[in-house]
Amino acid sequence: MNPSQYPVLARRKGSPHWKVPFSGDRSQRDVPATPRPAGQRPNQPLPDPSDWTFELIERYHAAIAATAERYGLDTYPNQLEVISAEQMMDAYASVGMPVGYRHWSYGKEFLATERRYRRGHMGLAYEIVINSNPCISYLMEENTTAMQALVIAHAAYGHNSFFKGNYLFGMWTDAGSIIDYLVYARDFIAQCEEKHGIDTVEQWLDSCHALANLGVDRYRRPSKKTLARERAEREQREAYAQQQVNELWRTLPARPDKNSPAQHHERFPKEPEENLLYFIEKNAPLLEPWQREVVRIVRKIAQYFYPQRQTQVMNEGWATFWHYTLLNTLYDEGWLTDGVMIEWLSSHTNVIYQPPAGHRAYSGINPYALGFAMYRDIQRICEHPTDEDRRWFPDLAGTPWLPALHHAMQNYKDESFVGQYLSPKLMRDMRLFSIHDDASERELLVSAIHNEDGYRNLRQTLSQQYDLGAREPNIQVWNVNLRGDRCLTLRHTQYQGRPLSDDVQEVLKHAARLWGFGVQLESVNGDGNVPVLLHSVPAPPA
Amino acid sequence: MGAEMALQIIDRRLAGKNKSVGNRERFVRRYKTQIADAVRRAVAKRDIRHIEQAENITIPRKDIQEPIFHHGQGGVRDTVHPGNTEHVRGDRIARPQGGAGGGGGSQASDSGEGEDDFTFTLTKEEFMELFFEDLALPRLLRTHIASTLQYKTRRAGYSHDGTPHNLAVLRTMRGALGRRIALTKAPNRELKELQDALADLLAQDDGTSEAVAELQQRIAGLQARMGKVAFLDPLDLRFRSRTKVPEPSSQAVMFCVMDVSGSMDQSRKDLAKRFFILLYLFLTRHYEKIEIVFIRHHTQAAEVGEDEFFHSTESGGTVVSSALVLLDQVIRARYPAADWNIYVAQASDGDNFGDDGGNCRNLLAEKILPLARYFAYVQVAPDEQSLWQEYSQLLPLFPHFAMRKVAEPGDIYPVFRDLFKKEGVTV
Repeated sequence: MNPSQYPVLARRKGSPHWKVPFSGDRSQRDVPATPRPAGQRPNQPLPDPSDWTFELIERYHAAIAATAERYGLDTYPNQLEVISAEQMMDAYASVGMPVGYRHWSYGKEFLATERRYRRGHMGLAYEIVINSNPCISYLMEENTTAMQALVIAHAAYGHNSFFKGNYLFGMWTDAGSIIDYLVYARDFIAQCEEKHGIDTVEQWLDSCHALANLGVDRYRRPSKKTLARERAEREQREAYAQQQVNELWRTLPARPDKNSPAQHHERFPKEPEENLLYFIEKNAPLLEPWQREVVRIVRKIAQYFYPQRQTQVMNEGWATFWHYTLLNTLYDEGWLTDGVMIEWLSSHTNVIYQPPAGHRAYSGINPYALGFAMYRDIQRICEHPTDEDRRWFPDLAGTPWLPALHHAMQNYKDESFVGQYLSPKLMRDMRLFSIHDDASERELLVSAIHNEDGYRNLRQTLSQQYDLGAREPNIQVWNVNLRGDRCLTLRHTQYQGRPLSDDVQEVLKHAARLWGFGVQLESVNGDGNVPVLLHSVPAPPA
Repeated sequence: MGAEMALQIIDRRLAGKNKSVGNRERFVRRYKTQIADAVRRAVAKRDIRHIEQAENITIPRKDIQEPIFHHGQGGVRDTVHPGNTEHVRGDRIARPQGGAGGGGGSQASDSGEGEDDFTFTLTKEEFMELFFEDLALPRLLRTHIASTLQYKTRRAGYSHDGTPHNLAVLRTMRGALGRRIALTKAPNRELKELQDALADLLAQDDGTSEAVAELQQRIAGLQARMGKVAFLDPLDLRFRSRTKVPEPSSQAVMFCVMDVSGSMDQSRKDLAKRFFILLYLFLTRHYEKIEIVFIRHHTQAAEVGEDEFFHSTESGGTVVSSALVLLDQVIRARYPAADWNIYVAQASDGDNFGDDGGNCRNLLAEKILPLARYFAYVQVAPDEQSLWQEYSQLLPLFPHFAMRKVAEPGDIYPVFRDLFKKEGVTV
């Protein structure tokens, strides 16, 4: 199961979400302190032929749904879609978006996926879940009955409840319906291609994509507009934006009294702007309305994907924890046969396998393994705390596990989740150690291991490892040369002395195309405050 | 509530496959130059018959990378890893080779693929499309599909006449049985009545009365009549009927005729090969079965295999007509024009012996061109010698005769396109 790479989209419909408070306890439904009692024990377990039928899926689903309900999982309604392997590859290539505008990069993705799959380098994910309301989960037709049960528990109840419950999804992905927005984006871009030619639009999209990671608001809360308003406001916005831009670039001489010396030194924007695409959309002087709208579309979609990138461990861990818990409960209560258990457990074991560092298969920490282990650990700390746990988690130890677990799912992202809940026992179990890699030194240093001295250090390091702010370079709009050549200055603030990669120049070219004038990038060291000019790209040819 | 929540299961298997086709097309479109180059390279390597296959296309990764801002090597990184077996705090470890691996794992593979070039498989169809995107077979619509040269016989019910080997025995016997029943039903009934009456009479008297004699006579008459109904009558015969159904010919033969005299060096042959390949590829798009005949010539012509055709050099003079004579013989012996679509591609450097050019023109005009579907002459040298001039006279007379000069590999494709330009070209 590998849906983690694929963005999932949350969509909220109906309820006026802006009225839902985001912080604190946001549970829409009461989570019971302990699981509600089981229903009547079935006379015999559900049949388990390897070939599934629609009727069987319904019966398995009913059993899983009833159990999930007893654990207080709150989900959007489920829509299970049976698809073929080819369709699964399509879904991969479109990064899980059920609708998307045409772009060569998705074609590239598809070709790469197809090739890896055909050569047997990669199995397909058993499932992809699209977060929408109703929540769409894809079941592959090749799956056996047991695997379909696993997918239903994992995606339709695990991921689904995460999307509905986690605060980041609530905060960032609720502007009307994402699927409608994607349809709108696709249609708009198709229209642009008709009007302005495929190449022109493709070039423009390339440039937007180059900056898409910097097209997100990290701190500001998104404005809450419904899609209908979004659409209706577009034309208005286009006209108005153009006017605003003109205002900014007015060439009339300023009145003498305004022409104070201070103004010369004033930067624009006054405060650095973290969202490059937003800044360009609002301030690039020469853009045509359609170009502005495309920038906006790319930026909006990037913003939708932003929470997904921040909750990988939590999201996968949650889904894995619940398929494990739900299916085990069903087995204990006589619903599942041994065959079904062995089949899904074998899959489960593969999914949560964590090769040790240095192993041939090692490629970093497996988010399924870490997330699953952490939720299991929280449950353990609640139910059977040790003295150590009482010291480390006084608020958690001995409290009812279900509400505690829900609280952990709802109010954190990977970074803070690890920072809050990674326990010494788990660090010991996983035998974690941290490595300090300073490029200026010849050797690596083991800076902490799983012992009393190292716990806090390890936990902090791992938490930072999941901090997108540390993983991606910090580049912000610093200044525009208003009175000269309109050159845009971006400022990179170095994090731990890490330089930017080599293709910076290429990205800057894209930025220059979007901005319409020259773009330069300067870098400030973490300690020294003298900016160094890294690259400068001239204005694109008209 | 979970349990009561309406579940919807939708079977999408039949709907919307290949959603990514559009994006794939975009990709191919964007990298068309690279892909077309790769296709051309592949063509040069393959032999003519195996030209039509899928092809792996490799594009340098840097060409298709989408640049984004990210951290490069260097600086300070603190990373956490699982599975510690031997380290304690303060241990120093040699930096693993190969950059960020091991130590800096978190950063390692964002793109997921490493540094390899991007390789994907161009389907056979796409491969061919790239060559023939805007080509169509010359005169194909006018003659190949419209005119019917080949016939196929097909069953078409039964008929009253035919040859004995087509006799449909079952049908015939069934008809005979029906006829016999039809012709004997009424007499049989009458016979039975008469026999009953006779039996009655015989039971009453001694059987000498006149009535008895009369009955016996009528019975004999009826039996004689019924005996005359033939078991099998010529009328009953049925034969399986076959009609000739016109069918467009689906086979083609392609003649590659090439001058291999001393003046044809390897690079000129290479030019010729590309032309032959293109023609072959092109024909495979339109015919199910294609045969290739290689005829090479210097002062004498011979039919040879592909390898020999392209890779052996002869020295000496050139008599082009020798090849055309052999070509004509092979066509008449093995490839009757009624069954085969005949294509000829001739490549030469234009050099020819003395006044042989006139012979060649006559051979073409009188014997070959009337049989061939298309004849293309490609001269791989620039100067116009006698052969070129003689051939030129054929141009106005035969619309399916074409000639061009090719100087370098780059010329081949345009020339080819020119020759077979879409629609209505009076080549």
